[in-house]
Amino acid sequence: MTVPAPSPPSASAAVPAEAPLLDVRGLEVRFPVRGGVVHAVGGVDFAIPRGQAFGLVGESGSGKTTAALACARLAEAAAGEIRLGGEDVTHISGRELRAMRRRVQIVFQDPYASLNPRERAGAIVRRPLDLMDVGPKSGRQARVEALFALVGLRPEQQALFPHQFSGGQRQRIGIARALASGPELIVCDEPVSALDVAIQAQILNLLARLKRDLGLTYLFISHDLAVVQHLCDEIAVMYLGRIVERAPKRALFARPLHPYTRALIEAAPSADRAVGRAGAPRRRAAAIQGDPPSPLDPPPGCAFAGRCPHAVDRCRTEVPALRDMGGGQAVACLRADGAGGFV
Amino acid sequence: MSEPPVMTSMPPMPPMPVPEPVSPARQAWRMFRRNGAAMIGLALLLLVLAEAALGPALYSVSPDDMVWMPLTPPGASEYWLGTDYVGRDLLAGLIHGGRVTLIVGGSAAALTVAIGVLVGAFAGYYGGRIDNALMRVTEFFQVLPNLLLAMVVVMLFGASLVNIAIAIGAVSWTSTARLTRVEFMRLREMDYVRAERSIGASDARLIWAVILPNAAPPLIVSAALSAGTAILFEAGLAFLGLGDPNAMSWGRIIGDNRPYVLDAWWAVTFPGLAIFLAVLAISLVGDGLNDALNPRLRER
Repeated sequence: MTVPAPSPPSASAAVPAEAPLLDVRGLEVRFPVRGGVVHAVGGVDFAIPRGQAFGLVGESGSGKTTAALACARLAEAAAGEIRLGGEDVTHISGRELRAMRRRVQIVFQDPYASLNPRERAGAIVRRPLDLMDVGPKSGRQARVEALFALVGLRPEQQALFPHQFSGGQRQRIGIARALASGPELIVCDEPVSALDVAIQAQILNLLARLKRDLGLTYLFISHDLAVVQHLCDEIAVMYLGRIVERAPKRALFARPLHPYTRALIEAAPSADRAVGRAGAPRRRAAAIQGDPPSPLDPPPGCAFAGRCPHAVDRCRTEVPALRDMGGGQAVACLRADGAGGFV
Repeated sequence: MSEPPVMTSMPPMPPMPVPEPVSPARQAWRMFRRNGAAMIGLALLLLVLAEAALGPALYSVSPDDMVWMPLTPPGASEYWLGTDYVGRDLLAGLIHGGRVTLIVGGSAAALTVAIGVLVGAFAGYYGGRIDNALMRVTEFFQVLPNLLLAMVVVMLFGASLVNIAIAIGAVSWTSTARLTRVEFMRLREMDYVRAERSIGASDARLIWAVILPNAAPPLIVSAALSAGTAILFEAGLAFLGLGDPNAMSWGRIIGDNRPYVLDAWWAVTFPGLAIFLAVLAISLVGDGLNDALNPRLRER
């Protein structure tokens, strides 16, 4: 594919300059299990402009991690389309897939599980350079050392084995590995949720600095709104395999439209609120009860209806589509009126 | 403005000494060393191996020659352990037989592990239809009576050492295959395997260079124990008269002297003790390895 000469975007049939780096449309992922098929991701659309961080939030089982794995081609998409820089990568294989993997890397959730316990830290970071043939062989050792320095590790630590590092240091090794091939998009699958709170901030700051310095684009998965708020430009909230609300960060926190988003924001522990309301009982109005329905047997209609304080009969029969509410905000709720109330 | 610059990042860390690298294998050895029974087993095993390797060169009496009166008891002649029913030196038989027994046991165990790991790795890694097909084959071998099948193989193809090792290996790989399969199914879903895939590793690399080394601990234990079983198996075949007639082995000495057990206790007791000690040594080492390599006993 050749890069089109500079010309008015409308005159060219090629990809416009501001095409998102990652464009996901109608993504579905299914897993066969005993007794049926789990629709882990049931039709998800989002796009991430280059240089931005996009947060995907939801509770366990919402399909956020599966959606992320599909974007990194580590889970197979059953339907839909994943475009990277305008190029369809949903079903590529072989040489094309390897080339795509250089551009999309992933940072895993549990740094205790994501590093091969039998390999030295230096070998772990070097492996992507060898497997994906990045740069000349003679320069790879220097690149590994530079990567160690970039993530705040010392070159002498290359000879150590993963069990000799702390959780935060291990996650730094995981980040160095992800950066090795010089990727454009990094999928961060809950990169701090397995770490101590004090270490979480260090890793989040590291990720923020790397994004700024290297011009990275993030697809950031988390169940923790505070973490996403720290790092992301745009946020999508998932519930049982679908996006229920998508908005720029500011709008989402200022004016959440979906009852589930409101409940999540309400439930998130906040230092400000704790200080501001010292002595006063926490407001519990929007706390939600119960568990999400089984993805093996999703209910008809809105998946959240069973736990929603605003649900009416129509919610139990009609699947709400994602509606654009202006200002980049979209919500999949039949009753949301776009101003924070319910019709 | 003479204010000091605002500190925007943490001050550089003081240069802490970097510890010595400690590989998982070294960790396991430290654990193993602290296990008394396992160390006794290891010493015993080394003794048996040294005997099998050097004994025949140091003790020059042939195990096949008639050297004295038949059924001479221990201590009654220059042949310390006495003679068997045709007047062969029992000590020479034990020394030479040890080598044969260990070679057959070891190669049968190696074959067991090779077939078992190959079948188990493919079944566990690929899953689905490949898993289904391979597991049906495994079940087929599992339901066959082991000793009977080995006897048939040896009788059909001749009782040479190679055939005996193949017969034992061919009937005992199924449990190794199942163990390998389960380990592969578990490790396949680990994030570090996903991470390798995300940096473009091939299936072959994932199976042999990433998953297999991490599946090794239980497989090493199982290999050690199957070496013990293989020795017993070989002794059993030889006892039944299906040993290699050209090679003295511990089982064969017992089998040969079986009719005279009431008149010459020594001719069956000493080779029996030798088998017992060798298998005990292997079991102790296997148990020690199990403890040393078991990740649940170790901190993450």
